[in-house]
Amino acid sequence: MFWEKGIETIEKDQLEKLQLERLRKTVERASRSSYYGKIFKEKRFFAEDIRTLSDLVKIPLTTKDDLREQWPYGFLAASKDELVRMHSSSGMTGRATVIFHTQSDIDSWTNQVARCMYMAGMRKSDVFQNMMTYALFTGGLGFHYGAEKLGAMVIPSGAGNSKRQIQLMQDFDTTVMHVIPSYALHLTTVFEEVGVDPKKDTRLRMAFIGAEPHSEKMRRRIEDFYGVKAFNSYGLSEMNGPGVAFECPRQNGMHIWEDAYAVEIINPHTLDPVPDGEEGELVLTTLNREGMPLLRYRTKDLTRVIPGECPCGRTHRRLERIKGRTDDMMILKGVNIFPIQIEKKLMDIAGVGNNFLIILERRGFSDEMIVKVEVQREYFSGDLKQLEGLRKTIVNELKSDILITPRVDLVEPDSLPKTEGKAKRVIDNRED
Amino acid sequence: MEREKDEMIAQQISIFAENKPGRLAAVTHILAKEKINIRATTISTSDTFGVINLLVDDPKKAQKVLTKAGMMVQMRHVLAVELGDKPGALDDLTQLLSKENVNINNAYGFVVESYERAIFVVDVDQIEKAEKLVEKNGFKTLDTEALCAVEPFHYSKY
Repeated sequence: MFWEKGIETIEKDQLEKLQLERLRKTVERASRSSYYGKIFKEKRFFAEDIRTLSDLVKIPLTTKDDLREQWPYGFLAASKDELVRMHSSSGMTGRATVIFHTQSDIDSWTNQVARCMYMAGMRKSDVFQNMMTYALFTGGLGFHYGAEKLGAMVIPSGAGNSKRQIQLMQDFDTTVMHVIPSYALHLTTVFEEVGVDPKKDTRLRMAFIGAEPHSEKMRRRIEDFYGVKAFNSYGLSEMNGPGVAFECPRQNGMHIWEDAYAVEIINPHTLDPVPDGEEGELVLTTLNREGMPLLRYRTKDLTRVIPGECPCGRTHRRLERIKGRTDDMMILKGVNIFPIQIEKKLMDIAGVGNNFLIILERRGFSDEMIVKVEVQREYFSGDLKQLEGLRKTIVNELKSDILITPRVDLVEPDSLPKTEGKAKRVIDNRED
Repeated sequence: MEREKDEMIAQQISIFAENKPGRLAAVTHILAKEKINIRATTISTSDTFGVINLLVDDPKKAQKVLTKAGMMVQMRHVLAVELGDKPGALDDLTQLLSKENVNINNAYGFVVESYERAIFVVDVDQIEKAEKLVEKNGFKTLDTEALCAVEPFHYSKY
């Protein structure tokens, strides 16, 4: 069940040989860009200094801020004639960044996405509904190309227009959907509204969910409601977009394609590498990109490498579900909290609906966390005492995890602001 | 419902609502448009949310239209007891329920004919036991259909 058996099950020593060869080429290529050219000169670093893979750490780290400062062409390592496409990041947390692709870049990215989909079990007989924003965001086009390469029929439905999404699914017998997890959950209310049960009334069998961190419980909710197997997808525009790492049928960690990326996990404070199994910030180096190679790029995503072999036979290491981003972290009364921690707790509590919102306020000298939680429709019995009980349970459960007592407000289903793109989980009203 | 004892149980609809301006107005607007008549209402609130309880002439339709509008609605079984509109009538009922240890979660009433008849609605913890109890003690309970029929004037007939 492999798309490219040779590469997917490559022996470790062979992989390292391939990585070293590609790394050297990448460093040489990168030195053509004005940014890396200048850095290498300053540090008196030459592509020939890469003798083994362990020499990778001699290269300075690249950050998102570097990409922003070099807007637009500072990292460009190809002539503009060679470029066939650009993508720009969603810019959720600051100014946007841009990535350029040559034809060969698009081809290898497309192949990687096809490899991911094939690994999960998608075949050319499938009908693939791509419910992602096309345009500058990579999630739409990246998957679109991958699915076509695999040979499936693509419905380029794009994001939003929920009722039409459901109609398309029914009319064209969609079997696989690609969707942002928070939108998949929002869509459940629309399914209920139009009286369509995806388990009975559609032929959906698989979902690819990604583009935002989500908990295991959230995945199971999506699987239960849609009657599908849902696969976690990881990617970022700086590393092409989707297809960087993906779950195999074991659904236990995402294989990161090490023929395309050199993988490091570092301690985000000391910047020292940590061993497999330990949590830290993911740092990636592109190994086959021509247009805009990036060396030791700090993804800001927190994860760990799952030690040990995967029973599926693929030798590429597995990343654990992304815990959050270093810049998602909230600091409240000196305690570090990630939105995903809140989500994980909430999804475990019976009666909690599909959406929530965290609001941070400052009152005098004290910070306060308000968590607005939608109530599950079926849970409501008309009894105020039951709702009060639910509210107290949520307060206690959250307190036991984050050590801060939040204020919990129960809100009506579907009343929180919904997004067709990445969900906004935190509103910080504190003034610095 | 087939069982006869259930026939004398009325249905109240309960709606979850955030405690903020406009939520009750949203409910009444829909019911007005659908020409559903409200006989009685109570609201119980917690800090930021509450439950709106309504006794209406067509609870099934009310549930349907409110749910369609995205609201969270639940049908609850309640006892609607007919009382005389005179001092002590309510006391007779509450004493009886108290003696038998039936707990009242919510209660409200409305007068049908001044100084003649009133309906008192109780949301209790042991509804079947309570229903038998009040019937045995000479009270009359009304189901939804009977509740409709106690209109002081039957507008539709005129």
